Amino acid sequence: MLEAIGVSSMSDLLVDIPQSLRLGSLQLPDGLSEFETMAEVSALADRNRVFPDRLTFRGGGVYRRFIPAAVAAVTSKPEFYTAYTPYQAEASQGTLQAIFEFQTLIAELTALDVANASLYDGATAVAEAAMMAFVQTGRNEVIVSGYVHPEYVQVLRVFGEGRGIKVRKGGQPNKKTAAVIFQQPDFLGLLVDARALTAEAHDAGALAIACVDPISLAVLAPPGEYGADIAVGEGQQLGLPPSFGGPHVGFIACQRELVRKLPGRLVGTAHDAAGRRGFVLALAAREQHIRREKATSNICTNHSLCALAAAVYLTYMGPYGLRHVAEVSFKRAHALAHRLAALPGWEMAFPERQFLNEFPIRVPRAPAVLRKLGRRGILGGLDVNRWFRELKGVVTFTCTEVNDARALDELLAALES
Amino acid sequence: MADRRYTKTHEWVTVDGNQATIGITDFAQSQLGDVVFMELPSTGRKLAARETFGVIESVKAASDLYAPIAGRITAVNEKLSSKPELINSDPYGEGWILKLDLAGDLPDDLLDEAGYKKVTEASAE
Amino acid sequence: MTEPLSFELSRPAVDPPRLPDAEVDGPAPSDVLPHDALRAKPPGLPRLSEPEIMRHYSRMASLNYSISENFYPLGSCTMKYNPVVNEAAAALPGFADLHPYQDEETVQGALELMWRLERALCAIVGVDRVTLQPAAGAHGEWTALRMIRAYQHSKGEARSEVLVPDSAHGTNPASAALSGFQVLEVRSGGDGRISLADLESKLSPRTSALMLTNPNTLGLFEREILDIAELVHSTGAMLYYDGANLNAFMGICRPGDMGFDAVHMNLHKTFTTPHGGGGPGAGPVGVKAELVPFLPSPMVERTNGHLTLDHKRPQSIGRVRSFYGNFGMLVRAYTYILSMGGDGLSQASQDAVLSANYLRKQLEDDLEMPHDGPCMHEFVASAHGLTVHNGIRALDIAKALLDRNFYAPTVYFPLVVPEAIMVEPTETESKATLDSFATAVKDIVAEAATNPQGLHDQPKHTPVGRLDEVAAARRINAYLQGLSEDPVLRWKALPETVPEPAC
Repeated sequence: MLEAIGVSSMSDLLVDIPQSLRLGSLQLPDGLSEFETMAEVSALADRNRVFPDRLTFRGGGVYRRFIPAAVAAVTSKPEFYTAYTPYQAEASQGTLQAIFEFQTLIAELTALDVANASLYDGATAVAEAAMMAFVQTGRNEVIVSGYVHPEYVQVLRVFGEGRGIKVRKGGQPNKKTAAVIFQQPDFLGLLVDARALTAEAHDAGALAIACVDPISLAVLAPPGEYGADIAVGEGQQLGLPPSFGGPHVGFIACQRELVRKLPGRLVGTAHDAAGRRGFVLALAAREQHIRREKATSNICTNHSLCALAAAVYLTYMGPYGLRHVAEVSFKRAHALAHRLAALPGWEMAFPERQFLNEFPIRVPRAPAVLRKLGRRGILGGLDVNRWFRELKGVVTFTCTEVNDARALDELLAALES
Repeated sequence: MADRRYTKTHEWVTVDGNQATIGITDFAQSQLGDVVFMELPSTGRKLAARETFGVIESVKAASDLYAPIAGRITAVNEKLSSKPELINSDPYGEGWILKLDLAGDLPDDLLDEAGYKKVTEASAE
Repeated sequence: MTEPLSFELSRPAVDPPRLPDAEVDGPAPSDVLPHDALRAKPPGLPRLSEPEIMRHYSRMASLNYSISENFYPLGSCTMKYNPVVNEAAAALPGFADLHPYQDEETVQGALELMWRLERALCAIVGVDRVTLQPAAGAHGEWTALRMIRAYQHSKGEARSEVLVPDSAHGTNPASAALSGFQVLEVRSGGDGRISLADLESKLSPRTSALMLTNPNTLGLFEREILDIAELVHSTGAMLYYDGANLNAFMGICRPGDMGFDAVHMNLHKTFTTPHGGGGPGAGPVGVKAELVPFLPSPMVERTNGHLTLDHKRPQSIGRVRSFYGNFGMLVRAYTYILSMGGDGLSQASQDAVLSANYLRKQLEDDLEMPHDGPCMHEFVASAHGLTVHNGIRALDIAKALLDRNFYAPTVYFPLVVPEAIMVEPTETESKATLDSFATAVKDIVAEAATNPQGLHDQPKHTPVGRLDEVAAARRINAYLQGLSEDPVLRWKALPETVPEPAC
């Protein structure tokens, strides 16, 4: 090949690199065979402790759920996972159609008009929604109402700083407020009055941004029903493993009036000369590769493959499978809450509030209790005191369809021992 | 039309009394390709010369629209919202964008036909 | 060949899948929640059986091109083969089943992997520390600019401008603007490289940073990089490296040694994590010592073999996403680095440069090469001559390649080359593949002279022909303006009620 190029050595091709910059070699070990590679990586995996699904009662934004085998069977197809971003529509119809179906599924779940192709995660989805509200209203303050996931708020602050957006915790919206952001159910698992918060935002001329749990929408009123302008959320529960926090998938949907402010990719239908329906990237003139510094967002690569997983999951469940999963989780969490609250010294942290499948409970000597559970192979609830000083001793427990009745018994037995 | 004036950013302006009409040039529409969307201001807004007043988009490109002159917007071509393709088919006629009440004289930096032709030839290089 | 949507295939008679029952005494949501908190009607999700679902997605998969089946000469995208061992590693239950809020003691292996990956990336790009948090390249760019701004603020400087070359990726100016900077463009000179004179004229005490890709998007190494760095640093500004083109020189040279202060990397380009049809990727950012205090929190720290997540970092810009990054992609990238080793990575970059120069040579009589070689890992050709003489544009060549079973190169980028065709073959393609690609391009160029109309009508063998994006965009805008009720951006349910299942 060197000969065909007309040079005598590799260094002839690297003449533009100043000699002073040339490296002898990388300070890394030499390569390994596949067998050795897997042995080394597996040794690292083995140093982690994996708690079984059924004995995991910790949530806080990442949940154990039943993942149908169909999800991995689809996402592990090389035609999907090794495809590039679908810029050449004619050669990317599979990916484009999958995204189009994902957009429709999210729009249906949230009861909003249009959803995008996906974002990185729930946290950046909240931040992107706040940017939309800032651009739409020309106001530079957002209000975070109640217990929104603390990491989402931290991300929102960093995004906000870049654009001069102030993030205020709680308080009444006023004429400086671009948006009121709330989480339903909130970080502790409690239901908020989404209708009232939405109305309050609108009365002040601000947008209402609902951060929602997608599975909860099988039973709870969706954002579109109570008039929220933008719905965002984390889609990990829709067929993705916890994977130490990622990759998961953020979603965002909005009312028709806001679609042009949506960040990231959008897929729409189009037709060829023969009249066949196909799918294309749409409204690209909003995006960074065309608008450059005037784009609504800088997002380029997003989380398509995770969106594909979510699409397969939602299609597999269908409307009634999803509702069944939400209801089973609800019943088990309520049964568990009832039993835990009966333990000596334990009490519901907010007894007057409703919850779905995660709830906060006051636990005497919480850190010691959680350590004890760990020793017995149970991943107990999440001590939320590390984020909220006022919630000393408060632990959130979560239940889903993977925590069977015997697992609840085992948890109680471990606590009572 | 001899009294049509141009900007380096490819807008045109004609004046009738104190009423000015503005649009984008034939060269601009050909560079953009098929126009699919326009974001336009409302009537009554006051524009300064060089101020951005809207956005024009094709499938592959987007461009800000600049006011060639200062003035108050008296009319916006409503037809463009449902038929943005008028920009492509008739940029100097039915594809007009805004009418303004002219505030003061025309700025000196507007180009005549010949001057604008030089601009387009340079950017076609 | 097209596939109906799942919504169109949906059959109301399909029962939901068999799922666990509650097995406990507990209330149903409708027993305890206020009526107005409940969903009025079920979401309009499709109802399909598992075999129908599997066939639906399998048929959709067959409509895609992918690196597992096709050559992707996509300039700037580094579409190399994705080793399957990476997938096996990420799927290990010891990684996939870890909850992010497990106690540190129970995730030592995961933290060790992150630590080792960070050390390896530091060695490859020549920096002191790396954050693994950013989820993608653009996210990494923006993170780097937040750090640079925080650092300059800490020194009492309020620098407000970021310089970006005219050949830069669109994410550069977008990231700079989102980080609160004014963006100034620096022009390329006639040799395709940044113009030092223009750079000097744009630098001022207001300059916060210059964002640069090296080799640049024309595939050319910025020969004067050391002078550029000196110039930028002399004004007190910083130099940011866009890692899109890192595949050009692993083991050959390092951005850190060139004077870059912050360096982002795309694990989904250089380090073979799959593109997934548009993500997930990962965009770690490496920095020199003075920026280390500003890295996002938490960082993995290692003391006497014990690993911790350090959240107590008072100067940190904060968090840029939830948890610790796209961990699954970090596992894949680490697996790749382990299997390649220092020797393998150096060889990979040399092979990438060799492939690009070979292919460039094969095509130099057929397409214009606006800049002199040698190139690095990619090159930019121009179809300008064909456009002038035959009315054939870069897009026509791209579409015609699809019919010849190749994915298209990047076209119309960078903007500084008319009718640009940007080709990046990568090191994982054989000479035979490169030759057959060159033959296909030659074939298309020949057809441009003899039958240009035939080219305009291609592709003919893809699942659909060229799609009318203009009509689609106009339909969307009609919907957005309330002139139509067809959203175009989603399937819309027909107004009919779906019966409940009989259970």
